Amino acid sequence: MSTDVTIAAVAAARRPAVPRWVTLVVIWALLIAAPYWLPLLGGYTALAGRVLVFGLAAMGLNLLLGFTGVLSFGHAAYFGLGAYGAGLTLRYLVHSTPLAMLAGTLLGGLAGTLFGLLIVRRRGVYFAMCTIAFGQLWYYLAYSWNDFTGGFDGLRDFHREPIGFGPLTLDISEGGTRFYFFLLAIFAVAVTLLGLLVRSPFGHTLRAIRENERRARFLAIPVERQIWLSFSISCFFTALAGTLYALLNNFADPLALHYSLSGYFVVMCVMGGMRTFWGPLLGATVFVMLQDYISSMTVNWMSFVGTIFVLVVLFFPRGLLGLRRQRGET
Amino acid sequence: MQLVLFNVTNGLIIGAFYVLMALGLSLILNLSNVINFAHGNFLALGGYLAYTLTPTLGYWGALLVAPLLTALIGLAVERLMIRRVYNRDPVYSLLLTFGFAFVMQDIARYVWGPNGLPLGLPDFLSQPISAELFFVTWYRVFMVFVVIVVVLGLFAFLRYTRVGVRIRAGTLDLETVASLGVNISFLRTFNFALGCFLAGLSGVLAAGQIGLNPNMGDDLLMPSFIAIIVGGVGSLIGTLFGGLLIGMAAALTTVFYPSASEAVIYAIMMLVLLFRPRGFMGEEGMMS
Amino acid sequence: MRKLQLSWPVDRRTILKTSAAIAAVQFTSPYILKARGETPVRIGMVNPLTGVLSALAQSEVDGAKYAEAEINKKGGILGRQVELLVEDSANDVGTGVQKTRKLIDRDNVNAIIGDVNSGIAYAMSQVTNEKKIFHIVAGGHTDPITGTNCKWNVFRVCNTTTMDTSAITPELVKKFGKKWFFITPDYAYGHSLQDGFVKALTKLGGTFEGDMLPINNTDFSATLIKAKTFKPNVLLNNMGGLTQINCMKQFTQFGMQKEMALGGALFELESIKGCPPDAQAGWWDMEWWWNQPNVPEVVKFVADYRAATKKTPSARDWFGYVSMHSVRLAADKAKSLEGPKLAKALEDLELPPDVALQPGKVRYRAGDHELMPNIFIGEAHPPKSGPDDVFTVSALISGEEAAGSVADTGCKMVEPS
Repeated sequence: MSTDVTIAAVAAARRPAVPRWVTLVVIWALLIAAPYWLPLLGGYTALAGRVLVFGLAAMGLNLLLGFTGVLSFGHAAYFGLGAYGAGLTLRYLVHSTPLAMLAGTLLGGLAGTLFGLLIVRRRGVYFAMCTIAFGQLWYYLAYSWNDFTGGFDGLRDFHREPIGFGPLTLDISEGGTRFYFFLLAIFAVAVTLLGLLVRSPFGHTLRAIRENERRARFLAIPVERQIWLSFSISCFFTALAGTLYALLNNFADPLALHYSLSGYFVVMCVMGGMRTFWGPLLGATVFVMLQDYISSMTVNWMSFVGTIFVLVVLFFPRGLLGLRRQRGET
Repeated sequence: MQLVLFNVTNGLIIGAFYVLMALGLSLILNLSNVINFAHGNFLALGGYLAYTLTPTLGYWGALLVAPLLTALIGLAVERLMIRRVYNRDPVYSLLLTFGFAFVMQDIARYVWGPNGLPLGLPDFLSQPISAELFFVTWYRVFMVFVVIVVVLGLFAFLRYTRVGVRIRAGTLDLETVASLGVNISFLRTFNFALGCFLAGLSGVLAAGQIGLNPNMGDDLLMPSFIAIIVGGVGSLIGTLFGGLLIGMAAALTTVFYPSASEAVIYAIMMLVLLFRPRGFMGEEGMMS
Repeated sequence: MRKLQLSWPVDRRTILKTSAAIAAVQFTSPYILKARGETPVRIGMVNPLTGVLSALAQSEVDGAKYAEAEINKKGGILGRQVELLVEDSANDVGTGVQKTRKLIDRDNVNAIIGDVNSGIAYAMSQVTNEKKIFHIVAGGHTDPITGTNCKWNVFRVCNTTTMDTSAITPELVKKFGKKWFFITPDYAYGHSLQDGFVKALTKLGGTFEGDMLPINNTDFSATLIKAKTFKPNVLLNNMGGLTQINCMKQFTQFGMQKEMALGGALFELESIKGCPPDAQAGWWDMEWWWNQPNVPEVVKFVADYRAATKKTPSARDWFGYVSMHSVRLAADKAKSLEGPKLAKALEDLELPPDVALQPGKVRYRAGDHELMPNIFIGEAHPPKSGPDDVFTVSALISGEEAAGSVADTGCKMVEPS
């Protein structure tokens, strides 16, 4: 009993506890200041970059997972294709960071678009299963094509190039804060687009499909087409994140395509709250930081990470932001 | 030509092994709609338990007891965790088993160590059956024999016993089965344990062939997925067929272009998704 | 407190908050030490403690930890205590790079050791080079690390694949013949290994055939069928870790040991022990071997090591051990912990006998920063006098001889700017 109409009605009736602009200001202030407060908590700038990249990938995935209600467990494929696309471009074609990002995003996004056509009629676990298997196809391809992709050892011998705007040149070849702000700028643009998309009529039809596919169909929403579009767009965003990952590491490796990374993306969404826009970013922050700390402390980090998954599923299925919202609603 | 013939035999042997693993996965998927990511880890668990039990029970004892223990552990896992997510969005069951797979792999490493361990076999099993067919050891024959017995047993069980019939009925329409007064909670638990039993058994068999290591399940999980997709979701016969097909494809590719032997099974999957999306023996509509 | 209030308008509340934040920092990151007193010399190690290479990685960590305790007992490095920080790369390049950055940026390590996986080791060296941090690759074998991709700050303890292949090839040819069949993993390490063998073999007029298999290949029957029809004198098993063990097992199960000899570059102690007795066979390189009754330093080291860790040191333990001591030796000679000075000091430095743990002179060659130890060649066999007595050394080949000249490696060292 909850189409987007009712949601909108409820939302209108109840003013959120914190005005939305306050939330936005806080989020962006925290992100902009990250290089300064993160070291105080024992982090480092490269970690902040990682949070942004994974956060963007998870937010891209969440368009499909949280807003359309379709489960992809293979988004690492598009992330990794983005990374390889960017890396291969820098290595073999042109020494240009923007072109590399464009190429990577197109590669990952188009692969998703084409594959989406094949599986858009599947639902639930079967959809998930096909996405996993398709993702592994790319994993094995990258892993066995030694001459071109560097195989198991990964693609190397490329690095981010300074971006030239005529006389103004942005030199991001050094890591550190400047590169972080570059990442943040891309992140901001991407997230704004994503936000507009979610609020657009298209975004509303996606939520209608999520809440009740049959009813959406009766309302003459072309369900398959919308899911396909949602899947493709989500792949484009994740691929963009992938290109940033390649730039962050100056490296692309097959594990960026592996299904365990897809699992990480999904858990980021769920942990942060997959029904919320910012949830995946929060989830990515918590997950990346936790994994970083735990894996330094113990060799048995896999147990801890696995336990986090289990605990989230059993006890916090709505995620951190969902928790807050749920409390606010009741 | 002889080489190809050799490899067809060989592919059947590998395929038989995939079948055993995929059947367990398929059982759970069909009835409970859960992809058990930890299936590979139950497999490793079965192998490791056999390793621990062999000194006291001997190989044959371990071969029997280790899968039963695995099934018991599977039963506990289902009761404690997995049953809680049956009625939720599938994302939760996936994450749950995915996370649990991590924990199980880590426990295996913690208990049995990161080093590879060999599982001792009775001597006569590791001999080749003849000089001509040197690559067919008695162990491989034995493996295929076990797989055939177990598969026949499984199908007979599903066909002729009350529980088996209910599982099959539940696969087609769980709601109706539930409304007929069948205890589906028990049915699912039993079915999960049965799947884990098959995984455990595959583990003991695999351990004799490739040894034990904490990651051993990972590499075997994906071929099982593909066997299911290719064979058609919802059809155990399809899974059987899918497993044999990809085993054979992998073996034949090794003859002509060895480094593609892993990629070829994915290529097969893509072809199936393109031209026959429901898989070879899948029911129309099962996948949506 | 009063003084603080004079210089900044800070109220009590802020101070409370700050101290709470500091407490939180102390809680969340155990490696941040108090700034008081002398800070220890920190050495960071990145190794794949989880994943398929974990057994080898763990041995290197054990060796390094043992050296850490030994160095601290003898007064540390430059009079300061040593602290080894170990990070798991999970056999993933991205994670390895991230952990390297973390060790350098956050923990301010003075030197980096790692990784077993040469792909990760190379990616790490890009980071350490950019940050000008002294880097020792303990156990990643591919040639380019000290060859075409050599860097001023990177040194390597384990052999190059070329060294390993050219050490064993003449022995195999002499003993068994020149018709070889390769089983090689399809990635950089495998290619590098097979190329090395092919080069050495064709120089002696041999012929060969072979299969490149996926790294995690489990079933070798198809390839072994091929090998059998080719009828080689020697089957070269270049697979690594667990896959190598599986290949060995299937080889012996098929009874092929009666028809051809078995050999290859590496069959490490960790792997030999993972094999059933009938697969513990073949002719191999050992990059270090514990059973050297004629070298008193080794006898003592092995006894002490067993007492401390309850295990027999393998070549990997030795890699970890040598890496740590190399940092100490370089620092003592340079009287500094700066990357460029450490690197300069280690060039052509000769390891003392209690670190080299083998006969002869062992040094880091200045031209390519590769350690030049002896290569132990011999035969693997089921345990004899004890569970670790699974290899008998038949000859020592000088590393320098096996490595060829610096020019051959393709290394062009660029000094730090």
